[in-house]
Amino acid sequence: MYNKTKYLIAGDRALVMEFGNCISEEINEKIRAMTIAIETKNIEGVVELVPTYRSLMVHYNPLIIEYTVLLTTLQALEEELENIELPAPQIIEIPTLYGGDYGPDIETVAQHNALTVEEVIQTHTSGEYLIYMLGFTPGFPYLGGMDKKIATPRLQSPRTKIKGGSVGIAGSQTGIYSIDSPGGWQLIGWTPVKLYDENAEKPILLKAGNYIKFKEIDEKEYKRIAPSINDGTYQCKSYPKAQGGGVIG
Amino acid sequence: MMELINVNPILKHKGVGLLGKIKVFKSGLLTLIQDKGRKGYQQYGVPVSGVMDDFSYRIANVLVGNHEGEAVIESTLVGPGIEFLEEGVMAITGGNLSPEINGKPIPMWKSIFVKPGDRLNFKAIKTGCRSYIAFAGGIDVPKIMGSRATYTRGNIGGYEGRALKSGDMIHIGEADKPLRELVGNWIHQEIYSYSNTVEARVVPGPQEDAFTDEGIHTFYNSEYAVTNECDRMGYRLTGDKIQHQDGGDIISDGIAMGAIQIPGHGMPIIMMADRQTTGGYTKIANVIAVDLPKIAQAKPGDKIVFKKVSIEEAHSLLKEVEEKISNLKQQCISRKVIKTREFNLKINGKAYAVSVDEIKS
Repeated sequence: MYNKTKYLIAGDRALVMEFGNCISEEINEKIRAMTIAIETKNIEGVVELVPTYRSLMVHYNPLIIEYTVLLTTLQALEEELENIELPAPQIIEIPTLYGGDYGPDIETVAQHNALTVEEVIQTHTSGEYLIYMLGFTPGFPYLGGMDKKIATPRLQSPRTKIKGGSVGIAGSQTGIYSIDSPGGWQLIGWTPVKLYDENAEKPILLKAGNYIKFKEIDEKEYKRIAPSINDGTYQCKSYPKAQGGGVIG
Repeated sequence: MMELINVNPILKHKGVGLLGKIKVFKSGLLTLIQDKGRKGYQQYGVPVSGVMDDFSYRIANVLVGNHEGEAVIESTLVGPGIEFLEEGVMAITGGNLSPEINGKPIPMWKSIFVKPGDRLNFKAIKTGCRSYIAFAGGIDVPKIMGSRATYTRGNIGGYEGRALKSGDMIHIGEADKPLRELVGNWIHQEIYSYSNTVEARVVPGPQEDAFTDEGIHTFYNSEYAVTNECDRMGYRLTGDKIQHQDGGDIISDGIAMGAIQIPGHGMPIIMMADRQTTGGYTKIANVIAVDLPKIAQAKPGDKIVFKKVSIEEAHSLLKEVEEKISNLKQQCISRKVIKTREFNLKINGKAYAVSVDEIKS
């Protein structure tokens, strides 16, 4: 993390607060704090906030707020950050079917790491994964914190279509395809939960700064929850992350 | 006070509350329902999309008496064919793709009355790249995440998430005023001209320090050509290679409209309406808001030169353009019909019903 946050001009209607030049939980926590602080302050003329790995983009309307006013307001807010009480990040449980047709590459992952399929699932479900940011496709989470024990290189030749909800591994990253798209990740499972549903009241399930945890389900459990997922009433289990516990794995 | 005479056909329906319908009979190259874009969802990875040329879009809505944020049709290079199934009022702004109704050229930057069976067509491209077609009452498609904009890559919004094609029927919303009062609005558009060489003013980008002095000098002193790889997501340019200090990759961060990315190959890419929300390439500069419409109207082969301005200059230029737009809006709103006279004329044996409005200017 930089000693002094960089305020960078990003066009005449956005500025970037850059907190560092690496991917770290510490920086992400600061971004989350700043995002909450700005949202709470409700600064007139701030249009939209986009948190990313190591920075926060603040879109603004210069016809409503002058650049210098915005700059000093943000700097003052940053000074006060320590005094702001942050709610604990949420952990969202993602029910996941592992292996078989749902995760055709799980044996590749097991073999690559000299583990059994069971051990891969056990390792993958034990982690709490920080959502650094969303992007690539609507609702796609860039996750951190996967155990290197199950790291596996991408497929040599990417698939042309991967079903939305597919859970995969690429190198030391894990992720969930939010919509049908091409891709080269090793697929180990699939969640019936929709990360992106344009007709839902909240079209995007996840939010940067929160965590996800995968929970293994079987066919029987899938059949039980399928109707409520389909009619939009299913709610993923979510709870505040225990503070000070660090990231498992 | 000066008086203007405006000739209107007699409208069958004079009241408010008429819902229109149009039918696409020719798709055009890329015909999309767009509005000012999807705001507030970039943090979830949903691109803003929306119109490329915000100025022409807003004026088109102003001319037909709409709120500035109503959905319009954006057509690119080759315009669509549209048949009107009800009477209505429309206006076309932006690049000149030679619009005509029933085979007769029609003026741009002017609100025009259309009757059932009228067919709008486009001939050859004359200036610019994109035309905006606004309809009094706006286009009535469902809002997805607060917007009617089409994002084709994600199959989101607009008409079934895709470009319009032959056979599509589109509903037009309810106009706020009687159609008669909306006909004949026009502006003499002199804020933007669409030339084949564009001077794009920019503010320095968030990664300007990732370039050598020579690289920055190259960027501001060369002419770049728009390549064939230019779409709503971004414009790839070609010209003198821009030198980095140490490569073109960064840890992904946010991308504003008009951001100029320079990947490792050293050629600029201007990020436009359908840009992804985040990206991992160095951004040398950002086109300022008032010059984005010029980029939106550039097409393959056109040349772009970049000129640096300060953020203060960019904002004062933005205020100037906003004032001009609000003046134009005022002119359209305050245009009042003082007196209407109706005539029945016979020309070459055919009967015409004509009304003449005297309007206050």
